[in-house]
Amino acid sequence: MVLSDTRHRTRHLFVAVMVGHILLISTQVNSRSGVPLLQAVLVTGLAETQRAAWAVVGGVRSVWDNYVALRQVHADNQRLQRELDAVRVQLQRERAAAGTSDQFRQLLDLRARLSWKTTGAEVIAGSVTPQFQSIMIDKGADDGVRRDMAVIAPAGVVGRVVVASRRASSVQLIVDRAASASALVERLRVQGIVLGHGDGTLRLEYLPVIANVQAGDLVVTAGLDGVYPKGLVLGHVDRIERGSGSSRVVIIKPAIAFGNLESVLIVLNAASGPPQAEDQVPK
Amino acid sequence: MTALRVVAAIVVALILQSVVARLVGNGQVPVDLVLVSVVSTALLYGRVAGLLGGSLAGLAQDALSGGVLGIGGLANSVVGFFTGMIGTQFIVTQAVPRFLLYTGATAVHAGIYIGLSVLLGLRRFDRAFVEVTIQALANGVVGVLVFEIIDALPGTRQRWRARRERRRKIRFH
Repeated sequence: MVLSDTRHRTRHLFVAVMVGHILLISTQVNSRSGVPLLQAVLVTGLAETQRAAWAVVGGVRSVWDNYVALRQVHADNQRLQRELDAVRVQLQRERAAAGTSDQFRQLLDLRARLSWKTTGAEVIAGSVTPQFQSIMIDKGADDGVRRDMAVIAPAGVVGRVVVASRRASSVQLIVDRAASASALVERLRVQGIVLGHGDGTLRLEYLPVIANVQAGDLVVTAGLDGVYPKGLVLGHVDRIERGSGSSRVVIIKPAIAFGNLESVLIVLNAASGPPQAEDQVPK
Repeated sequence: MTALRVVAAIVVALILQSVVARLVGNGQVPVDLVLVSVVSTALLYGRVAGLLGGSLAGLAQDALSGGVLGIGGLANSVVGFFTGMIGTQFIVTQAVPRFLLYTGATAVHAGIYIGLSVLLGLRRFDRAFVEVTIQALANGVVGVLVFEIIDALPGTRQRWRARRERRRKIRFH
């Protein structure tokens, strides 16, 4: 009798939980305007814990890197010194070139188009589920970060903000299965749509049939999706495979090495054109 | 106390998963430590703990990933509930049955998750079979290792025996 009651109660609980989840999914699929309260609370709470956990891991890694893994440091120092000297010479040349290009920029009145405002952020955690490819950054709504803001790195596009809590945000990586961006093959100036594939690569789709895309072609954002400004590097064409029928599958290698990503820039006010010179850099 | 342990296990798994993903990079970690924790708690504490723990873990994953809240919750709840049920009906103390349970749970979880995502038009899952197979095997190995560690803790075997006796008494009551 007691066992029967327990079983019934458990079944009722199971049904209640299932119905709860289904209702929860339904409300979001019908309207996904703002961030749900539960999501905001969970993100804030867990982001703080993740921040603390990453601080501990970072500390351990720092001890390892600074004390344990110091091998061949002298040789490395000498090699790096030589590289630094070479870079300094290169920098002198670049400065001279930059001065010239600055004059041209002023002449062409391009300054009016330099309208991006960005803020720097540090990556504090990775994805909590293998189904999603995302990162957690240490800037949130308090810093002016909002949903659907583009997140970039010096090498190119990182992704977009999907959840912005007060002090942290979740960023969907461009390689995630649900990620997409309007794109442009720079050499041909033909447009398509880049889609994340979940395996660390991107797919370029909806290209004109006559477009002669080749391996090595640079693919940049087209600026038509309302998220990513025009001209950001998405990656290079890695290879072209045959799809079903006469279609082609253009596979792109992303410009970003997501594994080494430590700090990113969030584009706060996206508009067409290249970024401002005085971007804030992460501390 | 059980609730506290379940919540602690899930929070630890969430943190470990995010740290591992951060270290590995690309977010392409084949193992789902949160799912492993749900299955483990369901085996240790029964179907109600599995159901509620799975629900909590899935919701947390959905919220932190920016996905639709409830899909991961539903998948994890189902897995937690039925794993807990299997854990109470059968003796799952050997490495092979445990491995099979973890791999099976991963397959069911993936089936629900991918099915719902595709049904609602949220995500594309090309070549999902390979990924799910790798994840199921990885979860199986990690799950068995987790239980090896739990078994090695002092007093665990006595607790297992006591719990089994208790369940047997309830069954024949």
